[in-house]
Amino acid sequence: MKTPTRPLVATCALLISGTPLAADELNALIWCDHADPALLEPFETANDVRVNVKEYEGTAAGLTLLEQSRPGDWDIMVIDAVDVPRAVERGFLAPLPEGTAPTGDYFPEVLFTDSVTVDGTVYAAVEKFGYNTLAYNKAAVDPADMASLEALWSGKYDGRIAIYDYYLPVLGLVGLQAGIDTADLDAATLETLRAPLMDLRAASRQVSDVVASQTALATGEVDVLIGGGEWLTAVLNAENPDLDWTIPEEGALLWAQSIAIVEGTERPELAAKFIEYITSPEGQARLATSSCYWGMPANKAAGDVLGDAEKAILRWDEQVDYLSRAQLYPVPDADTDAAMQDLWTDMLQN
Amino acid sequence: MIAPALLWTLVFFVVPFAAMVLMSLAHLEGREVVQGYALDNYLRIFTDPSLRKGIFVSLEITALVTVLSVLLAWPLAWIIASRVPPRWQRLVLLLAVLPFWTSYVVRSYSWALVLGEKGVVMNVLVGIGLLAEPVQIMATRAATVIGFTHFFVMLLTLTIYSNLIQLSPNYARAAEDLGAPKWKVIWLVILPLTLPGVMTGAFLTFVLCIGDYITPQILGGNNELTMPQLIMLQLGRRGDFPMASALSIVLMAIVTLAYLASARWLRMERV
Repeated sequence: MKTPTRPLVATCALLISGTPLAADELNALIWCDHADPALLEPFETANDVRVNVKEYEGTAAGLTLLEQSRPGDWDIMVIDAVDVPRAVERGFLAPLPEGTAPTGDYFPEVLFTDSVTVDGTVYAAVEKFGYNTLAYNKAAVDPADMASLEALWSGKYDGRIAIYDYYLPVLGLVGLQAGIDTADLDAATLETLRAPLMDLRAASRQVSDVVASQTALATGEVDVLIGGGEWLTAVLNAENPDLDWTIPEEGALLWAQSIAIVEGTERPELAAKFIEYITSPEGQARLATSSCYWGMPANKAAGDVLGDAEKAILRWDEQVDYLSRAQLYPVPDADTDAAMQDLWTDMLQN
Repeated sequence: MIAPALLWTLVFFVVPFAAMVLMSLAHLEGREVVQGYALDNYLRIFTDPSLRKGIFVSLEITALVTVLSVLLAWPLAWIIASRVPPRWQRLVLLLAVLPFWTSYVVRSYSWALVLGEKGVVMNVLVGIGLLAEPVQIMATRAATVIGFTHFFVMLLTLTIYSNLIQLSPNYARAAEDLGAPKWKVIWLVILPLTLPGVMTGAFLTFVLCIGDYITPQILGGNNELTMPQLIMLQLGRRGDFPMASALSIVLMAIVTLAYLASARWLRMERV
């Protein structure tokens, strides 16, 4: 190679990589909150590593990605805590080394021991949680009305409601409104939700994903979002402090995301180190206030790092009450899951 | 000489298509795909009201968008080709295709903001007193059709314009010499001669529109599902690759029928 071309090649390599070359790489299948440079950079700098991330939505899509990959392609996976057994059953997750996550400092309600432990082995650590509940614009909605899910079926907000496009939490909320606990949702009880779900659909303006829901709330297209929560309104708080959320008297659904090491990784120590960082107080504070969406950190010690304003938005002081009233996501078996999705498709198409 | 082309077609079309047909004959047991050779997925597409409706929704939207785009694009192309001085035509065409330079997703979200209750359209209509209060356009089929039409008018304008400028001016002169008024020259001489360009553009519009996922997803508000949305629902939510494959094959069959119809009508092999 002629000498003048070397700087050119080096420059091209830097431009292609986007960042200075790191000694090692970590490949992570993530949700969008982990793509925030403010979260990743401290770990990358401290460990001279580049974290390559790929976002995915929905456990089915994540598991499909793993299925189509070779062992060693992925080191880390962020996954819905209740879906960890599904991933373990298919051999996608590696046991988590003991002591990786400081679970002794966790909110006890979000340890999700039954989900992250399979046959006595721990496979994942919960990292963030929040609620699927009611998000609303308090400049346009009477906050007192939001004390009950009933308001959405009352006719008062017809045409001003958006439904978050994820069948599990919304069917769970419709179930709560009908007096059915999420744990009791099965194929038989599901049919009783058809009528209230269709009524809710008739009263709503749209069924939308995260971005479209945020846009609709921010532009005033809708005033209430069923299925929303702090994860959806917190990032908009600076621009519009009227966007708020609450947990109605019927309760809400608790979501929890967890992080795990992918089976077959060639960098198990580095992957464990990343999980240690994410579940540390500093990592937890950064993850809680990620630019994509906010959520409560699983590790209570993050409260020492977060500012008062951030904790106020997260409703830090009300978590004990909220957690006591929240129910877990429905965990349907394959047949019930298919029935739920059929019902959801019917709702979308009618 | 044709070996590379045949190889290309074999590798990038025949093999993937065969794999998709095979997958469409499989079925889901629990969460696992089980290979089989049954037509259950196809039967379900035509018997399940939600899936069947997806076909009709897609066809209705596509037909409306294609007709609207042709109606708007033809006059625009004709004005550019015959009324704009030749030295400005390039610039006008450039301006016409400017929206192509923007990302498809960004363009759709821009329309979401424009068509919203507090968007430009409603502000103007309410401001000039045409409407007493804002009406809902966003998250309706109308929003999807507007988003699509904006895009495809540009595409059709290009195909029709390229057809128009190749026409000899002698056709119009001959008709005028024989006493035909201007509108008759356009209607009976120029328009029929541009039909190959119109049909080519209309077919492209049909294919691109019926297979599009982004526009109805962003602008339609999930208030009715098109076939691509149903396919994505099978893949992203259910992991039901067999049903997604069956829906894709049906979509391809519709596009093939549209091609055969347009080719037969205008003998497109000569275009």
